Amino acid sequence: MSEKHHIIPVWFFVGVLLLIYGVLIFVSGLAEWSHPSATVEAQLHAPVWWGALLVVLGSLYCTLFWPSKSR
Amino acid sequence: MMPALALFIPERLVHMSAVDIAIVVIYFALVIVIGFYLKRFATTGEDFFLAGREMTAWVAGLAFVSANLGSLELLGWAGNAYQYGIMAAHWYWIGAIPAMVFLGLVMMPFYYISKTHSVPGYLQLRYGPEASALSALTFAVMTILMSGVNMYAMAVVMQVVLGWNIHFSLITSSLTVGIYVAAGGLFSAIFNEVLQFFLIWFGALLIPILGLIETGGWNGMVARIHQNFPGQDFTHMWGPMHSFSSNPMGIHWTGIVFGLGAVQAMGYWTTDFLVVQRVLSAKNVRSAKLAPIIGSFFKMAVPLIVILPGLLGRAVLPMHLVPGSEALPGQYKYDDVLPLMLARYCGPGLLGLGITALVAGFMAGMAGNVSAFATVWTYDLYRPFIRKDAPDRHYVSMGRWCTIIGLIVSIGTAYLVMRFASMMDYVQALFGFFIAPLFGTVLLGMMWKRVSRSAGFLGLLAGVVSSVTMFTLMKLDTRWVSVFALSPMAKGLAQAMYQALWSCLTCVVVTVLVTLVTKPRPDEELRGLVYSLTDVAQEEHTNWLHRPVVWGALALVALVVLQIIFW
Repeated sequence: MSEKHHIIPVWFFVGVLLLIYGVLIFVSGLAEWSHPSATVEAQLHAPVWWGALLVVLGSLYCTLFWPSKSR
Repeated sequence: MMPALALFIPERLVHMSAVDIAIVVIYFALVIVIGFYLKRFATTGEDFFLAGREMTAWVAGLAFVSANLGSLELLGWAGNAYQYGIMAAHWYWIGAIPAMVFLGLVMMPFYYISKTHSVPGYLQLRYGPEASALSALTFAVMTILMSGVNMYAMAVVMQVVLGWNIHFSLITSSLTVGIYVAAGGLFSAIFNEVLQFFLIWFGALLIPILGLIETGGWNGMVARIHQNFPGQDFTHMWGPMHSFSSNPMGIHWTGIVFGLGAVQAMGYWTTDFLVVQRVLSAKNVRSAKLAPIIGSFFKMAVPLIVILPGLLGRAVLPMHLVPGSEALPGQYKYDDVLPLMLARYCGPGLLGLGITALVAGFMAGMAGNVSAFATVWTYDLYRPFIRKDAPDRHYVSMGRWCTIIGLIVSIGTAYLVMRFASMMDYVQALFGFFIAPLFGTVLLGMMWKRVSRSAGFLGLLAGVVSSVTMFTLMKLDTRWVSVFALSPMAKGLAQAMYQALWSCLTCVVVTVLVTLVTKPRPDEELRGLVYSLTDVAQEEHTNWLHRPVVWGALALVALVVLQIIFW
């Protein structure tokens, strides 16, 4: 992103945030698997697959834009 | 609303679990860390105010669209979608896409080639100090007032949705924004806007997905809306606009096409410095041209997470929401539809993500306001009128102080709005007074080299005065609504459309008339500022896939297809 300043790309920070949030949401989804929250469509276990999606995307962004690679 | 339901309305819309709170806290920690990390790079004026002019088209494009994707916007437009139906999507499609493409292909080269740092800066180069000072002063005052209004609105939403103390919300959010913007300037603001973009999408996208699963798809949702609200059309965009009385907004299609699409949207997306500043940070002309066009594709998709939840609210919510001004204690307002839908589908973890997206949206909005204020104050008011020849580091220091002072004034405004609630509507209306005439002034200045210095200033002034006059008359006596908005049925949004149209036309007519009787500026002073005197690279030798014009055309084709689908 930045040739002049060699700043860590913003995409790396996006990856870190998605990865952390993905792990938290995935784990909380698994924890309530047998007792889903009282939300509509809770039987679909949205936190589990949404958390997994965030983990995959976050890992991808972190790997692709890891600071040492971008310099 | 059903009386039985009123009995179990909670004191707050949602309750957060430990994991939800952890998600919010992690966001606050990360933005402060990023702010301190970026401080070392914001050393010169160009770094602090324009993010070093080294952003790629993607980063500038996402920040550009994200600067307009604040939480007030999300909550408000989801509420509008509940109230008016899919017609609210006009503000995302015809009310944005043509203007973004126009900014990228036609106007951005002039902003960029002239090396201006702001929209008032362009007016200074094109017309001289009078038009620039009028634009800069009004922008600075309005931006800081808007920042206060946003801050107050955020605190109220956090109180209603989460039960947070209003003073705690105000102080925590403004302190965080103050730290990261004063440290990293526009670098920080843009980084956080990109983060916010991802948070909003991942925080809100589950609502339409789970909503459509619950209703059995689009057709199921439409059937449920017809069942819940028989005889009303909430799912067509153009069909109900053949007359003022046939749609809930009270608007005719001419108001949407000419008032919204041709004037208000063009004015906002091409001359509001808050959004244009993001594109000025692009690393070269091609990136600056591509950034708004990239943004236009994302903007086109936003109705999925804003308008669709509002429509789904009509289909699935057991209670009927009411206008904010008519809500009795225990009743839900239109603007509550998004938090209600969030609470309906999102349990622990996902709820925290959705709430963080809202908080991020509010904070990015505040950061956008104060960073734009700091730039306009420092470069367009302080430097030309107070201290002309100071070293660059002095202006950077002024920018940092402006950020802090701007936030303190915003907090003051927020507390003022807390005491005088009606002030909020007026401040929001005030902002609209300047946008439409400014578009006329900037566009004429770029396209017609004959326009003189005094014509630019007087045209802008006449447009602003006419806009204020129309607004005041319509507020004082509703009979003026049929005069200016062409129908007594016109609601607030429709009135604003026609007000924008007439004020822009007033600006154009006065500018042309004054131009014809005044002396033009010599050509050599206008090189790089006016279409006929500027060489704009056309990228004939660039691969067609990399040409902004190709992507701009594709965005317009996609817009037309969407209109046909939802006609």
